[in-house]
Amino acid sequence: MALSGIQIYKLLPQTNCKECGFPTCLAFAMKLAAKQVELSSCPYVSEESKKQLAESAAPPIRLVTLKAGTEVKAGNEVVMFRHEKTFYNKPGLFVRVKASDNEIPTKVSEIDKYVVNYVGMDFTIDGYAVEADGGDFAAAVKAVRSVTKRPLILLGDTAALPSGLEACSGETPMLYAAESSNWEAMADLAAKYKAALAVKSESLDELADLTQKIQAKGVEDMVLDLGGKNMGEWLARSTQVRRLALKANFRPLGYPVIAFPGQAGTPSKESVYAAQAIAKYAGYVVLDTFTPELAYALLVLRENIYTDPQKPIQVQPGIYEINNPTAEAPALVTTNFSITYFSVANEVEGSGLPAWLVVADAEGMSVLTAWAAGKFDAERIAKSVKEFDVASKVSKKRIVLPGHVAVLSGELEEELPDWEIRVGPREAVDLPAFMKQALN
Amino acid sequence: MPIEIPKDKWPGSVKTVKIGATAAEGGTRAKTITVGGQTTMPYLQFEAPTPNQPVVAIEIKSRKPEDWSQLLGETWGDAMTNPVQWAQKAEEAGADLIVLALTLDDTPESAVQVVKTVLGATGLPLIIWGPGQAEKDNELLVPVAEATKGERLVLGICEDKNYRTIVATAMANGHLVEARTPMDVNLSKQLNILITDMGLTADRILMDPTTGALGYGMEYGYSVMERLRLAALQGDAMTQLPMIVTPGFEAWKAKESKVGEGVPGAWGDWRARATHWETVTAMALVESGADIVVLRHPESVKRVKEAISELMLG
Repeated sequence: MALSGIQIYKLLPQTNCKECGFPTCLAFAMKLAAKQVELSSCPYVSEESKKQLAESAAPPIRLVTLKAGTEVKAGNEVVMFRHEKTFYNKPGLFVRVKASDNEIPTKVSEIDKYVVNYVGMDFTIDGYAVEADGGDFAAAVKAVRSVTKRPLILLGDTAALPSGLEACSGETPMLYAAESSNWEAMADLAAKYKAALAVKSESLDELADLTQKIQAKGVEDMVLDLGGKNMGEWLARSTQVRRLALKANFRPLGYPVIAFPGQAGTPSKESVYAAQAIAKYAGYVVLDTFTPELAYALLVLRENIYTDPQKPIQVQPGIYEINNPTAEAPALVTTNFSITYFSVANEVEGSGLPAWLVVADAEGMSVLTAWAAGKFDAERIAKSVKEFDVASKVSKKRIVLPGHVAVLSGELEEELPDWEIRVGPREAVDLPAFMKQALN
Repeated sequence: MPIEIPKDKWPGSVKTVKIGATAAEGGTRAKTITVGGQTTMPYLQFEAPTPNQPVVAIEIKSRKPEDWSQLLGETWGDAMTNPVQWAQKAEEAGADLIVLALTLDDTPESAVQVVKTVLGATGLPLIIWGPGQAEKDNELLVPVAEATKGERLVLGICEDKNYRTIVATAMANGHLVEARTPMDVNLSKQLNILITDMGLTADRILMDPTTGALGYGMEYGYSVMERLRLAALQGDAMTQLPMIVTPGFEAWKAKESKVGEGVPGAWGDWRARATHWETVTAMALVESGADIVVLRHPESVKRVKEAISELMLG
């Protein structure tokens, strides 16, 4: 937990020597608390104080990064609820493959090619968990590595793991898992290969005990498997670990959490467990089931939960060309909330029909929300039409309003007296039909 | 070394609301549903037990909806043209409550008749929605409320434009109301204040903070619900109402559920995707404090109910 300026001041020499460039130690402490200066500017601070200050500056949930050709980060979170600030590092979505599976290259390369676009962003699976289940583990890791650059989680016992680690040397994988029975050997492996180490227990007391013993052996990057035999138990533990780290600054559990939704037993339950893991603080999620439709739903959920609530996701207001519009093409009005924009743009694009999309500045709100908040009214729409000089683009002075704000058409006629105001459908999905039937 | 688990001690709690009335209570329901009463954030059983399990309602309509996804049509079949059969199938599918939505084609007479026949066909408590146009809602809901006096139906949907008539008839006839506001904590509070100021007691109000589907603004509703629940626990009386949300309506409006053709290959199988869309939307809202989720597809109902049962175990 970050120290206050006064707490930092107590750790400083309090001699007001000014060598740091500030008139007093207190002034320097305040700057330190605000993270505007480095402690190294003070030549006289004691080693003991340095250690205490460094510890207090460490994030309450350690940032753990798995590395291969790409990186997956988890941890560094600061709040329990997204509205309090934001959630930062999106949980990595991994897919489990078994070493005994002869189809590894085909399966993994298929999953690795998966890309889905959501409001202009491309999402993929983040990595693979390779399980040593009796086959040739090194060969399996190599087979996965031959078709993907993404980071790996290696699951197995201390006998199997070294061959897998050798097969991906130079990377930072995660080893799974240290338990009370094997923690020493696991910690040695993690230290030797500079891997992150998952630590597993059904009891938080034991988990905290294990992480401290493992840390004493020189392993810093740990990830917690909380066990839990049902959704309620897992939610309780995940909440407790997050709270202990954030509210009590309890270092032994200040690590990201890994979840295995496949433990639910069936693919339909796995999807539900995965949704909970994403919403409730998992840093890594390992799926047993990969299907495009499930990946899409979970990737969008993750994006939604991890969107910064303080910054509405928006596009630049302006006039957008869809399917190379000519002067004959219609002008459709919408708002600059990016989900709204992409819903409308995708529908029009998919229809193959050309159109001008007039994106009004509604402060990043959707049509209905902006209308309710007074950010998408006749005045604003008229202003956009004039500002973006829509009249110069189209031969017919006609604009189409979203159906949800049909009520604005009267006022808009007053604002734009020489324009024809048409009311379109409420939902973007109905736009193509409307454009074909009503606008010709 | 045993760890001391930090526990939140809240001064406030969510009010309990009972939906439906049995014969002994002046209605005709075989059972009633009670929601609310929480003294913690959702499902944190280590702080305090969740006193009433959140429930799942299935939405049916008085007439066959023409704009519903073909997938829903395949599932419910001919029952969609017959509210009695539809209600019975919904009950078989595991609904704890039935939402019966009236349409613009209904008349006061047909509305009363359909509500009464559905009441006769199922012993579950009912939520009755008007078609969603203020004047028409009033025209239909008032006679329905009068004809079902004492049933403790939930009447909706009250918004700032049309709450007065609905609240008045709910008070006069022993019903409840659903109060909806567009994803804003202060607007929710304000409408709850207006409704309680008319004299309807808080144990007869469900608040609907509105949600978006997964990918369509769901996170706004999610955070508004978390904030409302936190405010309730902190002791703000006008946020201490159980929450009802409509992930079924929202998810089945999304292109991902509605449309099977002409969509990107990365969207995968349509049927499975549609179920995921409804279920994942609903699950996120369950985690953020929903007391009643209104769904449309039986498979989503099954998944969400199983998940809620597991969350109750904690």
